[in-house]
Amino acid sequence: MSKTLYDKLWENHVVRQEADGTALLYIDRHLVHEVTSPQAFEGLKLAGRKPWRVSSIVATPDHNTPTDHWEEGIKDPISRQQVETLDANIREVGALAYFPFKDQRMGILHVVGPENGATLPGMTVVCGDSHTSTHGAFACMAHGIGTSEVEHVLATQCLLQKKSKTMLIAVEGKLGKGVTAKDVALAIIGAIGTAGGTGYAIEYGGSAIRSLSMEGRMTLCNMAIEGGARLGFVAVDDTTINYLKGRPFSPTGENWDKAVAYWRTLHSDPGAQFDRVVTLKAEDIRPQVTWGTSPEMVVPVDAVVPDPAREADPVKREGMERALQYMGLNPNTPIKDIAIDKVFIGSCTNSRIEDLREAAAVLKGRRIAANVKLALAVPGSGLVKRQAEAEGLDKIFVAAGFEWREPGCSMCLAMNADRLEPGERCASTSNRNFEGRQGPGGRTHLVSPAMAAAAAVAGHFADVREVL
Amino acid sequence: MEKFVRLEGLVAPLDRSNVDTDAIIPKQFLKSIKRSGFGPNAFDEWRYMDVGQPGQDCSQRPKNPNFVLNQPRYEGAEILLTRANFGCGSSREHAPWALLDFGFKAIIAESFADIFFNNCFKNGILPIVLPVDEVEALFQQVEATPGYKLVVDLPSQAVVRPDGHGIPFQIDAFRKECLLNGWDDIGLTLRHAEKIKEFEARRRIEQPWLFAQ
Repeated sequence: MSKTLYDKLWENHVVRQEADGTALLYIDRHLVHEVTSPQAFEGLKLAGRKPWRVSSIVATPDHNTPTDHWEEGIKDPISRQQVETLDANIREVGALAYFPFKDQRMGILHVVGPENGATLPGMTVVCGDSHTSTHGAFACMAHGIGTSEVEHVLATQCLLQKKSKTMLIAVEGKLGKGVTAKDVALAIIGAIGTAGGTGYAIEYGGSAIRSLSMEGRMTLCNMAIEGGARLGFVAVDDTTINYLKGRPFSPTGENWDKAVAYWRTLHSDPGAQFDRVVTLKAEDIRPQVTWGTSPEMVVPVDAVVPDPAREADPVKREGMERALQYMGLNPNTPIKDIAIDKVFIGSCTNSRIEDLREAAAVLKGRRIAANVKLALAVPGSGLVKRQAEAEGLDKIFVAAGFEWREPGCSMCLAMNADRLEPGERCASTSNRNFEGRQGPGGRTHLVSPAMAAAAAVAGHFADVREVL
Repeated sequence: MEKFVRLEGLVAPLDRSNVDTDAIIPKQFLKSIKRSGFGPNAFDEWRYMDVGQPGQDCSQRPKNPNFVLNQPRYEGAEILLTRANFGCGSSREHAPWALLDFGFKAIIAESFADIFFNNCFKNGILPIVLPVDEVEALFQQVEATPGYKLVVDLPSQAVVRPDGHGIPFQIDAFRKECLLNGWDDIGLTLRHAEKIKEFEARRRIEQPWLFAQ
């Protein structure tokens, strides 16, 4: 029988199954950061339990580490306590790899795992962070878990799961100039809604997806959760295998050959059945900008802010009105007329080398507009930062008026000092435009790195296709 | 974990769709390394007029009189009634911790985000999905009736209104058993430790590259 990629990944990890279908799934990779792990380590200790397999753990602090003045350490005492607690816990139990604060390879977990070859095709990857779906770019079954489950994985190397339904999102055709994986991700959420993927595992396919780089696929899978799906993934192909060759934790020699032979099977079989299929035409996707407080509130850059008066569903209409009020926007305003105060290029969605290259291509020889109070470029990891510097990208950002920072989650969720003030408007390459996400009262518009750069230069949203 | 069998509790309505985990517990309060004490900061940005700081005594902060959970009639509510896609966003278990600490033991909605839904069960909170028309009717009754209470009966899988109307709901058999008994997942799983070891040993042979040291 034809199997989907999800069927194959699932079957490869079932240890045992309850009568109602609840399965015990084996976990290959456990990513650990400072915010959602302390209570899990404490629970483990209180119960007198030991971690099952510490060589499955890759850890780094990322959520609330500062992105500047590293020589001064972590000034916020509560943030410092979390980072020190992670240090102490990992020192005590061990890990395959730990990149502590200021380490050369420290960074955002969802950037660090793949670039070190710690994310390999066919793995189950979990982390106390919903953007773990990122690792699905490597045909992994990867999803976020709560802290109780972090403890469960530490103690048992397993998780209790029920199988999801399957959705194929096929994007066929060729993406236009200036249209990136981020625009595809936002256009998909616009099409299915933020709850469209709830209960589903999404496989992204089609010629436009196959032509994406691994960085682009990570951006796409990263935002599966914004469409409601815990899991989003892409089949293995040459792009996947070429990316993994020679990474620090990638297999070598005979193991590499065996691994590649297995990885080549990680795709849906011809004729495999999905519970739902959504098809988008790549040529229809234009650069996207969110206008509201949910990622599904998104339109192309050449559109206008939607008018709630034209929404028939009263619950939706009220949600739109509330969002417009929070965002300080009027219906029917052209997106390009919306002026911005700050720009953030970074986050587990868009802080990889390709993202920085795309933004730098727009910024080269240009300056940020006078009304832009702060423009931040925050590389996803120490390795990304050094690669960017080797290519001279840092100089382009700085010459354009950006601040070139140290790696971390930064203003994506504003747990550190990087944040919006009440009422400030930001063009952000992150993944959530929820109320208060980037700081209480802050207003977030989600865009691609190239679109964020174009907005920085114009001082308001601008169509990157007219700038390139 | 506390057992969940039957609950008769005051109902508070939160009439919004897509209530996200950043709204339930804003990130500045995630810096705690404990599981408890998040209740005073539940819905912080909607609930208070000022900007809250971690570790601050919330009892003296100015409350937003327009926020529904600040209304005296909903004080002591144990059942939260809300709309679609409740708990969307991050995987932070601080969200159910905050709701539990606030006093909620059951949440009724048209739909829930997956990870939040799952996290509820780990903390003895029962998330209940009901059809849209039943949710709509409950909103009308709650708003019209001060002191409105519902009975949530897990063994019979029903929400019972004061007028006696029972609304059935679905729950996985395994989750139901865990809630009814207050079982700890880890303890349950470790009963199968030998199976996990066998699985792992086989995996080490078949896919050795997954076991880099």
